[in-house]
Amino acid sequence: MRILIVEDDSILQDGISVGLGMAGFTADAVSTVEDGRLATCSTFYDAVVLDLMLPDGSGLDLLREWRKSGKTLPVLLLTARDQVAQRIAGLDAGADDYVGKPFDLDELAARLRAIIRRAEGRGSGEIVWGDLALDPARMRVFKGDEEVELTRREFGVLRLLMSRAGAIVEKSTLEDALYGWQEEVESNAVEVHVHHLRHKLGRQTIETVRGVGYRLAQRAVQ
Amino acid sequence: MNSIRARLIVALIAAVGAVWGAGVLWSYHSTQIQIEKVLDSRLMESARMVSSMMAERGTTFAPPGGQSPIFQDGQGYSRQLTCQIWTLEGTLVSSSDNAPPQALAGNMEGFSEREIDGELWRSYTIVNPDLGIRVSVGDKVDFRTDLIADVIKGLLLPLLLMMPVIGGLIWWFVSKGLMPLNKMADALSGRDASNLQPLPATGVPAELAPPVTALNALLERVEQARGRERSFTAYAAHELKTPLAGVKTQAQIALASGDEQIREKALAQILRGVDRTDHLVRQLLDLARIDTAGADTGPTAIRLSELIIEAADDLAFMQTQRGVRVVLEAPEPEPLVSTNSELLRLALRNIIENALAVSPRGHAVSAIVGEKDGQAYVSVTDDGPGMSAQELSSATARFYRGKNSGERGSGLGLSIVEAAMATLGGTLSIGNRPQGGLEVRLAGFRKAGGPGPEAKALADEPVAPTAQLAAIGS
Repeated sequence: MRILIVEDDSILQDGISVGLGMAGFTADAVSTVEDGRLATCSTFYDAVVLDLMLPDGSGLDLLREWRKSGKTLPVLLLTARDQVAQRIAGLDAGADDYVGKPFDLDELAARLRAIIRRAEGRGSGEIVWGDLALDPARMRVFKGDEEVELTRREFGVLRLLMSRAGAIVEKSTLEDALYGWQEEVESNAVEVHVHHLRHKLGRQTIETVRGVGYRLAQRAVQ
Repeated sequence: MNSIRARLIVALIAAVGAVWGAGVLWSYHSTQIQIEKVLDSRLMESARMVSSMMAERGTTFAPPGGQSPIFQDGQGYSRQLTCQIWTLEGTLVSSSDNAPPQALAGNMEGFSEREIDGELWRSYTIVNPDLGIRVSVGDKVDFRTDLIADVIKGLLLPLLLMMPVIGGLIWWFVSKGLMPLNKMADALSGRDASNLQPLPATGVPAELAPPVTALNALLERVEQARGRERSFTAYAAHELKTPLAGVKTQAQIALASGDEQIREKALAQILRGVDRTDHLVRQLLDLARIDTAGADTGPTAIRLSELIIEAADDLAFMQTQRGVRVVLEAPEPEPLVSTNSELLRLALRNIIENALAVSPRGHAVSAIVGEKDGQAYVSVTDDGPGMSAQELSSATARFYRGKNSGERGSGLGLSIVEAAMATLGGTLSIGNRPQGGLEVRLAGFRKAGGPGPEAKALADEPVAPTAQLAAIGS
């Protein structure tokens, strides 16, 4: 899951990036409204962590701008003020949730997963496809009753495929979701992850749609 | 008496009373004159009438004390009017029955007054040489006085009866006239502290418009001040909680991560975060101290260079860390200035800190003490990038951070300087130097005491000031 962090404080920005990375997210971080605007234009994000007071403007204005232009990406606000009015203003401007500073990293991750899940139209946290079950919060995958050990990237690929079950997911989308800006992507990185996944879950689990991308095999539903 | 209403009522009643009193006095005076005139002419006409009747009817006299035919047809004023007819030799020929036995007047024609038996009589006398008599007609002066008193009483009585009515009317009109004041007081006293809405300015009497306008302007200023306070609190909360959130997040990372490298980096970030929070808290406290300082501590006589040295000493570590020195340039001898040294040291520290933060390594920050228009100034210059026009215009806004402010910058430094200078009564000017970099100038420091004779002699000499150059604290 790729997350954009818009926060101008370098220590907090670094903390959220590293922390969310440890929780299985891929995080990009920017520190201004302008950079936030540019980032969401060029890259797909599953959710945004947005600070309210930024050096070149208010996070709320950026949020309103997104909502006005029809962007529905889930947004979680970082508020310093514990005032109810501030939170109401944030939610009214189109935010999906908020946490007050200082916050707990685990809570931030949980809330992010929740707003992403809601945005994907799923009620429960667990994603099920055939005999596969994936728990995003605990980063665990079960095939039948047996748990399958996956790396962080493999988990990311499987999560994306399962959350869009049956649909084709382009290779570039997978790359975008797995790697942040700072990370170098090997040209065959996604193929390697898919190869490992097939090895662990069964060859027929993931189908290759030549020249387009990948999708979960219908046969898995039984 | 500190009530407009009571004052107005008393003043109005006193004024009405005074006008009335003056009117009564005037009436009394003119009534007196008129009555005198009328009664005098009555005396004169009566005397002439008696005299001409005597000439027509012949001199048939009643004996003295008897009833003369002339006086038989009783006239309206007979009880008041008295007539005597005397021969020129001084024998009483005839008189009205209410006449005194003594002569009302002598042989002189015209008006005269004479006291008879303790009563004053006024009379008019006509001498008729053909008949050899004189006719005197008179009345008592007391009668005149009574008449005037009656007229005045007639005037005064209704006025006195009307006085309470007039007083009541004055009270009612004054109360009615002061109603808008009471209404305004009610409107204000019924409010709670958060209601700073302006009072309605329409339908206010012209006399109340200036205070209402002034009050509304005050309410607006209070509202603005409260708005600033609110936004300051909001900013302060954001600025304090953000580094706290950073520290907490990094601490969680350090606890959770098994990777030694990540842990060490997180711990280093925590240290940075604590340093920055400490810096911010110190600046917030400085600002609060300036805001409440005012005239708590009086001015002391001090040399500006001493304060610069103290401020630069405070920043010795930063000078070493950034590889930038502070260079002081002051005239010799340097005059003492009268100022609050604590606030000024605070201001200088923030300016020098900013200059150190933006200066390239190996360069120097200059602090120059000088004099202009008889007042001392300090100018701090750096070789940094300077500020854009937009940054200059909001440089002193609280929590405003320019793009070169660095990660330590809280956006409060120049706010502190501005607040301190406002309290000290000096001026702060910030501008880009033509050769690049920023100049921050604090000016308007009054010199302590007047210049002595020696100082004057020195000042008159056309000698270039000797500069004292020193690198401080590094």
